[in-house]
Amino acid sequence: MLDLLAQTGLNAVYAASYISLVAVGLVLIFGVMGVINFAHGELFMAGAYAIVALYADLHVPFFIAVAIGLLFVGCLGLLMEKTLFRPLKDNPLGGLVASIGFLMILQALAVMGFGVRMVHIPPVTQEVIVFSDKVRLPVARFYVIIAAIVLLSALWYFLKRTKFGWALRASAQDPEAAALQGISITMTARIAMFIGAGLAGIAGALTAPLVSVNPHMGHSVIVTAFIVIIVGGVGSLEGAIVASVAYALVHTFVTTFYDGVLADIVGLSLMLVVLIVKPTGLFGSADRA
Amino acid sequence: MPKLLIWIAALAALIALPHGLSFSQQEILVFLTINVLLVASYRLLTLTGEWSLGHVVIMGVGAYSSALLTKKLGVYVPVSMLLGGGIAALIAVLLSFPLFRMKGFYFLIGSFAAGEIIRLLWKRFRDPFGGAKGIKGIDPMPDFSVGFYQFDFFEPTSYYYFAGVIVAVCLWILWRIEKSPVGLTFHAVHWQDKLAQASGVNVRAYRTLAFAIASGFAGISGALLAHYIGTINPNAFDIDLMVYVLTWAIVGGTATFYGPILGCVVLTVINEVVLRELGLEQMRPLIYGAIMILSILFLPNGLESLVQKFTQRRAAGGAPERRPAE
Repeated sequence: MLDLLAQTGLNAVYAASYISLVAVGLVLIFGVMGVINFAHGELFMAGAYAIVALYADLHVPFFIAVAIGLLFVGCLGLLMEKTLFRPLKDNPLGGLVASIGFLMILQALAVMGFGVRMVHIPPVTQEVIVFSDKVRLPVARFYVIIAAIVLLSALWYFLKRTKFGWALRASAQDPEAAALQGISITMTARIAMFIGAGLAGIAGALTAPLVSVNPHMGHSVIVTAFIVIIVGGVGSLEGAIVASVAYALVHTFVTTFYDGVLADIVGLSLMLVVLIVKPTGLFGSADRA
Repeated sequence: MPKLLIWIAALAALIALPHGLSFSQQEILVFLTINVLLVASYRLLTLTGEWSLGHVVIMGVGAYSSALLTKKLGVYVPVSMLLGGGIAALIAVLLSFPLFRMKGFYFLIGSFAAGEIIRLLWKRFRDPFGGAKGIKGIDPMPDFSVGFYQFDFFEPTSYYYFAGVIVAVCLWILWRIEKSPVGLTFHAVHWQDKLAQASGVNVRAYRTLAFAIASGFAGISGALLAHYIGTINPNAFDIDLMVYVLTWAIVGGTATFYGPILGCVVLTVINEVVLRELGLEQMRPLIYGAIMILSILFLPNGLESLVQKFTQRRAAGGAPERRPAE
């Protein structure tokens, strides 16, 4: 029993890692651009397909493929900023619809390029960290955990300690005042989109060998990310991380002991309960709701 | 008088319409008719300023209720359709208690979560909802004759006439509600909610009322769908259809009653008729997505703004463009 608990706990840590990468990216984009990026799950998918193309088909070394995937998805984010979100700045629902259109385009491109079937990627490493007979952590999952810790710490340092980070937070808080201080809103929007999209892309790239890659994989990812950022409070990075961990724990344990559909129901119900008790999420304020 | 003539011509065109179409296009026409009611009911909900992502699941509540009522209790189909709408409205009232604590983006996602919970319950509980496979063999509308026309409800044309009449009546009721003092209060709740509250309007009650009415009509559209295709499952009411409803409304424009309907008709015809004819099956979502992006970029006030521009220029000879309310 203790083994099972420990193993489920490890699985939860892994789930929390990639969920928080996706969710933090979504929060960053919402915070700076004020737009809900419905295509965020498809950016995750794009990261996964980068691995299919580079690592599985062209045999590029895995970590180089991940790095290229990160840059590629980051550039997709820049493209979205330039063509969709900047022209629709004063039209939040318009931005939402445009991102839905972009989602359809990305999905169609994935279907046309790789087919509708699931793609299985050869494992990066078969190594397993053994804690005991029944408690093991595949190294491929360990990479995801490490990536989440490193990248989110780096992001935290970037936002709180560097000049760019200050600029970014200022333009999230009050775009006009920030512009008056000489901060280029366009530049901070670009940085936010690149980082936000890139985080989703790297999460997709690193988990690609561990899941079945298919054109519709973004769907469940975006649903989970929405739950997490709502529970955490829209616009709060800390809230997104805390909520990711909490959601992953609950979801993984319910899945292990009952079943996946029930886990989804429990996760959604918990979110509703949080919203009923505190309608702006755990760490949120009503500012940009 | 010319207005009456236009209405009569439009009615004649709608009656003649299915006879010029292929069988599959007639089926699309039936779905389109049902979706017109769905998107028009959605507009009533958005009048109070809240955008729900649970509307399609509420439509499903109507479909499941009506299907189960006929299957388990043997209720006469037209009656069960009305009851389906009633149950959908009732569920909406229940959902309003948690949901209306939230606003804006939180409401958007909260309504999505509430809807997903209902949808997953259908999936999880095989009794009575049939699990992931859903309910099969739903009783069709019983055939009947009105003297000069024999309704055979396995024929899309017959069902189109039947659904058309029901949808027309529902649209008329929705339109009357919008033009009534209650409808004006909905507008007030959206644009001046503090002022409305200060003048004694119970904002929360009006939001709930709009939510319940919209849900009731969505439920009827769901029931119409269920008794036409004869089988429903949880995936028929998932976020994909909801995204379509949302985009129909926004691309069409929500400042007028006809905007969302226009969006629904135009986008459906483009997607199901034009793009399908071109035979680019895999390219279809790509082109559709691009059309959505282009229309939102270049027509931020929706397709209805095109109509307004056209009719106003004719009426006033190039009068300055009036910005719609939204």
